Amino acid sequence: MDTVACIKRVPDTGAKLTLTDDEQHIDTSHLGFTISPHEECAIEEAIQVADDHDGTATVLSLGPADAEEQLRTGLAMTADEATLLETDGKEWRPRETAAALADALSGDSGTDPEFDLCLFGNESADVANHQVGVRVAERLDLPFVAGVTGLTIDDGTVVVERDVTGGTEVYELDLPAAVGVKEGLNQPRYASMRAKMQARKQSIERQDPVASEFEGRIEKVRLEAPESTEGAAEVLGEGPDAVPAVVDLLRDDLEVI
Amino acid sequence: MSSNTLPAEAKTVIIGGGIVGNSLAYHLARMGREDIAIVDKGPLPDPGGSTGHASNFLMPVEHSKEMTHLTQRSIEQYKDMDTFNNSGGIEVARTDDRVEELKRRVQSAKAWGEPAELLTPEEVEDLVPYVNTDLIKAGFYSTGAGTCDPLRAGEVMRARADEYTNGGLHVSPNTEVLDLHVENGSIQAVETDRGTVTADEVVIAAGLWSPKIAEMAGVDIPLTPAVHQMVSVGPISFFEDYEGEISFPVVRDMDTQMYERQHGNDLEVGSYQHRPILWDVEDIPSIDEAPLSPTQPPLTDDAFEQSMADALEIVPELLDDPEAGIRHEIDGLLSQTPDGGPLLGPLQDVDGLWSCAAVWIKEAPAIGEAVAQWMTRGWSDIDLHGADVNRFYEYGNSRSFVKDRASEGFQKIYDIVHPAEQYQSARELRTSPFYEKQADLDAEFYEAAGWERPQWYESNSDLLDRYEDELAELQRPNEWDSRWWSPIILAEHLHTREHVSMIGDMGFSIFDFRGSDVVDYLERMAVGRVDVDVGKTVYTPILAENGGFVSDLTIARLGPEHYRVITGSAAGGSDRAWFGDHIPDDADVMMIDRSESLCTLGVWGPNARDMVDSVTEEDMSHDAFEPYTAQKITVGEVDAWAMRLSYIGEQGWEIYAPMGQGRRLWDVLWEAGQDHNVRPAGMGVYGTTGRLEKGYRLFGHELELDYNPAEAGLTFHGVKDADFIGKEAYAEAIDEENTATLCTLSVDDHAPEGGEHRFMLGNEPVLDQNGDVLVDDEGRRSYVTSAGTGPSVGKHLLMAYLPQSHAEEGQSLQVEYMGQQYPVTVEVAGSRPLFDPENDRIRS
Amino acid sequence: MILSFVEHAGGSPEEPSLEALTLARELATATDAPLEVVAFGTEASALGDTLRAYGVETVHRVADDRLDTYAPEAWAESVAQLLDATDPEAVVAPGTDRGQEVLAHVGAKCDLPMAANCLDVELSEVYELSRQRWGGSLVEHARLDSDTKLLTAAPHEFSPETAVEAADTSVQPFEPTLDESAFRVSVDRVEESDESGVSLGEARVVVGGGRGIGGPEDYDKLETLADSLSGTVGASRAAVNEGWRPHDDQIGQTGTKISPDLYVACGISGAVQHMVGCKGADNILAVNTDPEAAIMQKADYAVVGDLHEVVPELNNALADER
Repeated sequence: MDTVACIKRVPDTGAKLTLTDDEQHIDTSHLGFTISPHEECAIEEAIQVADDHDGTATVLSLGPADAEEQLRTGLAMTADEATLLETDGKEWRPRETAAALADALSGDSGTDPEFDLCLFGNESADVANHQVGVRVAERLDLPFVAGVTGLTIDDGTVVVERDVTGGTEVYELDLPAAVGVKEGLNQPRYASMRAKMQARKQSIERQDPVASEFEGRIEKVRLEAPESTEGAAEVLGEGPDAVPAVVDLLRDDLEVI
Repeated sequence: MSSNTLPAEAKTVIIGGGIVGNSLAYHLARMGREDIAIVDKGPLPDPGGSTGHASNFLMPVEHSKEMTHLTQRSIEQYKDMDTFNNSGGIEVARTDDRVEELKRRVQSAKAWGEPAELLTPEEVEDLVPYVNTDLIKAGFYSTGAGTCDPLRAGEVMRARADEYTNGGLHVSPNTEVLDLHVENGSIQAVETDRGTVTADEVVIAAGLWSPKIAEMAGVDIPLTPAVHQMVSVGPISFFEDYEGEISFPVVRDMDTQMYERQHGNDLEVGSYQHRPILWDVEDIPSIDEAPLSPTQPPLTDDAFEQSMADALEIVPELLDDPEAGIRHEIDGLLSQTPDGGPLLGPLQDVDGLWSCAAVWIKEAPAIGEAVAQWMTRGWSDIDLHGADVNRFYEYGNSRSFVKDRASEGFQKIYDIVHPAEQYQSARELRTSPFYEKQADLDAEFYEAAGWERPQWYESNSDLLDRYEDELAELQRPNEWDSRWWSPIILAEHLHTREHVSMIGDMGFSIFDFRGSDVVDYLERMAVGRVDVDVGKTVYTPILAENGGFVSDLTIARLGPEHYRVITGSAAGGSDRAWFGDHIPDDADVMMIDRSESLCTLGVWGPNARDMVDSVTEEDMSHDAFEPYTAQKITVGEVDAWAMRLSYIGEQGWEIYAPMGQGRRLWDVLWEAGQDHNVRPAGMGVYGTTGRLEKGYRLFGHELELDYNPAEAGLTFHGVKDADFIGKEAYAEAIDEENTATLCTLSVDDHAPEGGEHRFMLGNEPVLDQNGDVLVDDEGRRSYVTSAGTGPSVGKHLLMAYLPQSHAEEGQSLQVEYMGQQYPVTVEVAGSRPLFDPENDRIRS
Repeated sequence: MILSFVEHAGGSPEEPSLEALTLARELATATDAPLEVVAFGTEASALGDTLRAYGVETVHRVADDRLDTYAPEAWAESVAQLLDATDPEAVVAPGTDRGQEVLAHVGAKCDLPMAANCLDVELSEVYELSRQRWGGSLVEHARLDSDTKLLTAAPHEFSPETAVEAADTSVQPFEPTLDESAFRVSVDRVEESDESGVSLGEARVVVGGGRGIGGPEDYDKLETLADSLSGTVGASRAAVNEGWRPHDDQIGQTGTKISPDLYVACGISGAVQHMVGCKGADNILAVNTDPEAAIMQKADYAVVGDLHEVVPELNNALADER
């Protein structure tokens, strides 16, 4: 069965984000780029499922030409194919993105998806709109579950798990299906050096996505970097005297007892 | 250790909490500094600089004696702190040229006293089973090499510093330096975001941020951040059976400029083969902004492509482990300087401000120790002159110079670098007024401290025919021996001894001293008596308190309260700092640097007097202008000043004139010389062939802190009455019998096994008849300090300090060069010239 | 009308829903519009008692027994039909997995834009809102212009506040028309979490030991702590290099990257190499003698002290908790 992981190129940032002077973007002049952690898991799962079920795994991204770098990361992880919906680098809103992705995913026929399982990150690391996967699924009329931390293929269905307080919800979806996955689903592999080298030579399919027009809109006005609250831990106490405070924390706030 | 209590004052503030800052703190504390503060903008133990991402291996053998000794001493320190793993290290050769280079490594290892041996590919495989030995021809095995943990070492050093100071060490991490306060040319305080610390002395040990900190005090530390690409691949199942950090020697794949080393169950693969990627220090993100650390930006993929291919070739089994992937990949930032060396010592424009920058992990503990010695007593056990931050003073601090040289130098890391190799970038930076004239004569220019100096002149190639017979046995058939060299040098030499030559400009550093206290001051600086008649010149050693050499130079008395000090170009910066630092606060002594305002032209040879006299207003006869005196003269229209002396042992003068009149000086003398068979001659004659025949010592080669004037044979001044720096040690050295003596040797046979004649270039170990390196009673090993051909004596000459037992004229010894041993004979024990021993020519 | 989506357990509203409701009421008050709620399940009838205090006038209880089980598409379709029926100015949902998911479906079904994780909304001709990006590290100021505004409220950013005047809440059934196909995604079952024997990379709690542990035998303390928190033990590179733990236990850039709910870092200084490996941890509790250690800058909670004293004491306390 064939899988596709939809990924996004995002800046690889530190604890503190610095904005460009026009407050429209993060200043990435000295930063590298990466894939959101959730999406790394999506690629890993896409590859594993395709490998286990005799299919191909594709990585798909909508973004600037440089997003090729992230697609190559996917190829280096041993995804079979990569497609870039190349934009001019402007920030696309979720509905536009979802429409373009759905177009690409629905294939030549325009209706039947060309894959059996479509994986999204639960939300992107940067804009975190929490909706692209759902909107793509709705457009393609696919069953969808977000927040997936467990996934098994079982005879034409995919059984997925989602963590809830005190337990795990289990869903069974008929294939083809789409999911939004979360970090913890798997341990994304590190690309081997040879695969990384080969990935640099692999070809990437490029398409020009259409930016659809929609009624009603949400528009970014500017970004703001709030004063960071990071910098120092909350000190619970010194030495063994701190233990009661630690127990309270573990029990009441973190709920790990 | 009080953590994060920034004191209001401290005797010493060290800016930077990496391995260098910690080492300094520890050694300063050990040497008695009681009140030390370390500040760093980052957290501890890893404040985010190069210390945090270094590959941490120490390969002690280098072609530089000082760097080798610094690494050896650092290994001792890491061992003492229980942070050293003696894994060994192997450099492998893929090419024949590299095999030769590895032989040279063994030669250096012997010279500097570090165990090492050549390995066959099979022997390499026994030690490192995962190396693809099909690719390699030989290995160089450094058994003493290993890896360290600099973060842990930093913790140990801070703890020890705290003990030595009884709690007087203040460590303030997460504290950013905002400004350095300087008043009246002295450092006053360090201003930080946590308050201001007043300080007597401040050391900038801030790694690649050092230039930024120095700028706060208006001074330069010339380095640039440069990328060293590194990845880590794992988990590798092969390593699963081996506990701990490292169980196999580090492998340096020299011809691809890469290394591979085990780290736990990972293999670290590092590269210096990629194009130079230099950063601007201003572009480095803060700790908060950086995803990893400020000095670990993401890997530039395209630059690493060939490195991956090469690594897969040399260690395929490990890298193709199906479970293994690239878990870590960075463009690691490190400090690159214009010549690849560290930047150490007092920054001469601000009293009390020191630089301790551009230091690798492998040298850091020893450099911390040596700089601490320098700070607390004025000299260090291991000579740091070659690493003096002042060596770029007033010419090599521009951003463009630093970037050009750093780019070029980056490509020399792991490369086979010939000892005479010249930089190609940022050239024609300092040119004398003779430059155009010399270029017209097809001069081959070499560079010294930025100055362009002719090494020889292609226009003299006709002299090769003239002296064909004399040169027959002195030609160098081997490409390596003759690289950066020409037989024309020898022909120029012979011409000079027969007729006359013009040599200039030597790129001297020239300092004038004036003032009512100038005699007392210089008397205290120099071994030789300087209170001489006006017009006299004094060649004298300058010593440190221990009697080791700080410099050797010429002092001329121009007036009752006016002296001129003339020193070599390379030592100019450090000499300037030494002299400047030693002017007492209350003394009436003014130091004026005239290096850029005066040019120097030497006219030497039997025809020199006739030639010069024909164009001077003054009487240049022997009686009117005695040897070792100086006078003002007028050459044609040019007001000049001349000293009658010669570093090549000939009749003649060093003539000094204002730069603006230099061209005229050249023209007048050149024209006059046409009737006297004048030729231009290069620094090959001045610095090597002429000098070696005369047994003259060169600072940085024969003269250094390791040896005293008695051993160097420079005690002709005796012990003067006046006090001077190093007097006690100097007097003692004269009284005691030498442990070693500087000798001149000659090569008996250039091809003892037949085949090509080979010519040593310097730094070769000197062996006894059994093939054992000579070692004196102080543990100092004998090696060739200078090597060069003496055409007038028809021999290839070597200088070396020999243990007293072997410092006997006529002794037969051996020298090892490129894996082969050559018979040599001691020609002279001591400073007597081999050529013209009575100096009749100078006095003629 | 402002409509708020309320999740509940047996008729009592969840905390994030009350947070969302607080934002919804701000909008309602500002526009003088009624505040209404949509909720699912038979037990939603009981919500009226609690929500009165929050000024909710109407609770639309979606009346379809099939919806007692969570089924995102069917829930969203129901809300979409309620939107058709009631034409609210805005719908506010909690920024929970379900809240985001249901509202995103609503957005898709009704072709409306949605703003996730809102922090603040100011009313003008359009909604001038601010919302979280980068997990809250950045704020996006945006303009939302749409017939019905779909918003989710950023978790933990609003404190639930009751209204000045309680409302006279009526609970009204709403009966959507739902195809069987709308139920193709629904919770099949809920399983108890089983954390025993999980790998380091997937553990929900990780207890890590660094050089400060001092030797291999002292890891017993950490094992005990990890056991009582159903977690796993890991180590820093320094400890692995010392040979105290196997390579597989290494947390860090060149080891395992962990993403637990809680990481307890004991005697770990916090070198970059290590911190990159535990970036994914939701919470870090550091136990370290040095208050200036790098780990203290990155941790959320800290105990300044010797782990050899703190951890055994904590183990005792946790044993008592049982």
